[in-house]
Amino acid sequence: MRIHFKTKYDDDINLFEDGRKLFWYVLLVVLAILLPFIFDEYLLGEAVNVLIWAIAGMGLMILAGHTGQASLGHGAFLACGAYMEVWLQNKGVPFVLSLPLAGLFAGIVGAIIAIPALKMSGIYLAIATLAMGVIAEDVIILLEPYTGGIDGVYVEAFTLFGVEIDRYVSPDKFYWTCLGVVIIVTFGYANLLRSSTGRAFMAIRDSEISARAMGINVARFKTISFGLSCFVTGIAGGLLAHYMGAFNYEAFLILISIQLLLMIVVGGMGSIHGAFFGAAVVGFLPQLVTIVRETVTTVAIPGLDMGIFALILITIIVVEPTGLYGRWMKTRIWFELFPLARKDMFRRNKSYLKTERMK
Amino acid sequence: MSLLEVRNVSKSFGGVHAVKNVSFDVKEGEVFTIVGPNGAGKSTIFNLISRFYDVTEGSIKFDGNEITSLKPDEIAGIGIARTFQNIELFDHSTVLQNLLVGRHTKRKTSFIENVLFTPRVRAEERAHRRAAEDVIEFLDLHAYRNKMIAGLPYGVRKVVEIGRALACGPRMLLLDEPASGLSVEETQDVAYWIEDMQKDMGLTILMVEHDMSLVTQVSDRVLALNNGEMLSMGSPEEVQSDPKVIEAYLGVEDVT
Repeated sequence: MRIHFKTKYDDDINLFEDGRKLFWYVLLVVLAILLPFIFDEYLLGEAVNVLIWAIAGMGLMILAGHTGQASLGHGAFLACGAYMEVWLQNKGVPFVLSLPLAGLFAGIVGAIIAIPALKMSGIYLAIATLAMGVIAEDVIILLEPYTGGIDGVYVEAFTLFGVEIDRYVSPDKFYWTCLGVVIIVTFGYANLLRSSTGRAFMAIRDSEISARAMGINVARFKTISFGLSCFVTGIAGGLLAHYMGAFNYEAFLILISIQLLLMIVVGGMGSIHGAFFGAAVVGFLPQLVTIVRETVTTVAIPGLDMGIFALILITIIVVEPTGLYGRWMKTRIWFELFPLARKDMFRRNKSYLKTERMK
Repeated sequence: MSLLEVRNVSKSFGGVHAVKNVSFDVKEGEVFTIVGPNGAGKSTIFNLISRFYDVTEGSIKFDGNEITSLKPDEIAGIGIARTFQNIELFDHSTVLQNLLVGRHTKRKTSFIENVLFTPRVRAEERAHRRAAEDVIEFLDLHAYRNKMIAGLPYGVRKVVEIGRALACGPRMLLLDEPASGLSVEETQDVAYWIEDMQKDMGLTILMVEHDMSLVTQVSDRVLALNNGEMLSMGSPEEVQSDPKVIEAYLGVEDVT
């Protein structure tokens, strides 16, 4: 086990606690950059899918994982971002501007929706956001002049710094674009978490009453959280639009919203890593299931991957509420301490009763 | 000079009169304790001062300014920090992060700057970190700095909560039963810290406490409440020997 001797306050503030950690993350990024030379076109497409889901997952993680506000309707913001991106692209807005603007649009819509949602918590908030997700489908159909209604829209290749990027013609360039966005979003998210805004979010999640007593304007920070969350989800939506090429309202059915929430639960609530772990499961599980199934039978079994996903979800909720990331951390600590790890080391302490009288 | 002036404050919940016509002053630099049996209205007074409840009648002035129209989240900013009777820490964060949340009112950067982590944010974080370290030093929390709250023993959590309130940099500290559930040794530590906060940091402390040995040891003045009404006010000895207080706690002796 390694012990860090911290000699400056910056050791607590920096993103990477030491050079060793920095090395592993740099290695990971280098590997990710080299991926197009390793994967074939089909697998690369799936990798892009994972990256986009990871961005959407990070968006929801800000709200659900760090501010403690469940949202079952985040697909609506994915749609906001996607349709706005298509609309802006068709208007000739360059990609560097259109993608942030698509995110901004989703963020503003989210912040407006946050105003009534602030008064709700727990199950009521979940139901309200679920309703929002359902309504979104109809709104998309009704806004036909912008969304193409039931027929949907399609988006052409975009140009980034003078290079034309198309998902099918140049999948490697599209992959690198998505990777760039992922890195920027992850960096911003990590910055948020190590500053006062991120701490205010976590304070609201753990105890609203005490957050208030510490001077945190709960309504304001919940709105900021909704806005940032929807901004990031909108960005994912913008990339998703290019990934799908052509799409209609069916791309944003309520199931997508629910899958997004389940994804971050599987990955591990309350950590950036969780969004990536969850995205990897959602992205690669269907392929993995198909590969395994084909060794047994060539007949397609409908609903098999959904069933297996559900099974994984239930197993995780029962056995490992901290998700895949929690399991990963425990495994790592077990190896670091080997052979000193004890069986009950991660047993959760009984939590103490919180005061109920002011809620 | 009175830092806190509570004048004829009443609070009713429907037909229940939790606090009836209570008035008291807390002088700058004083340790003022409210005692009383369960349901006497002690915590209600705390919640009125920290604005979680609206007063039904009366006025509360802090440093000469009326605070009864402020929002609960504006109270920390004017210099009043509090702890809770049943610990209300941020369980899924470390001790250090909890203390840093206490610095919230001192933040000067916006959330956009936070996301970009500009040099200004880093400078601010360093300042917060230093202030948190001062609290850690004062309360001997070094061993727990990076521990999650969820895994800490009860006694340490109690101390972290005092630390979080101190990190706010308050002028007045409201301590709601700081010694409840603590061992004799831990209570003694709390007594020393209260004395240090009063003498070295110049803080004014308003406290609710049941442990009479702690109350007599640290308090300058004591207010006894029963059923929301004021029974007695004065030095700890005066209040403890007041027949009305003895009656409220022990009942009247049956002479027949």
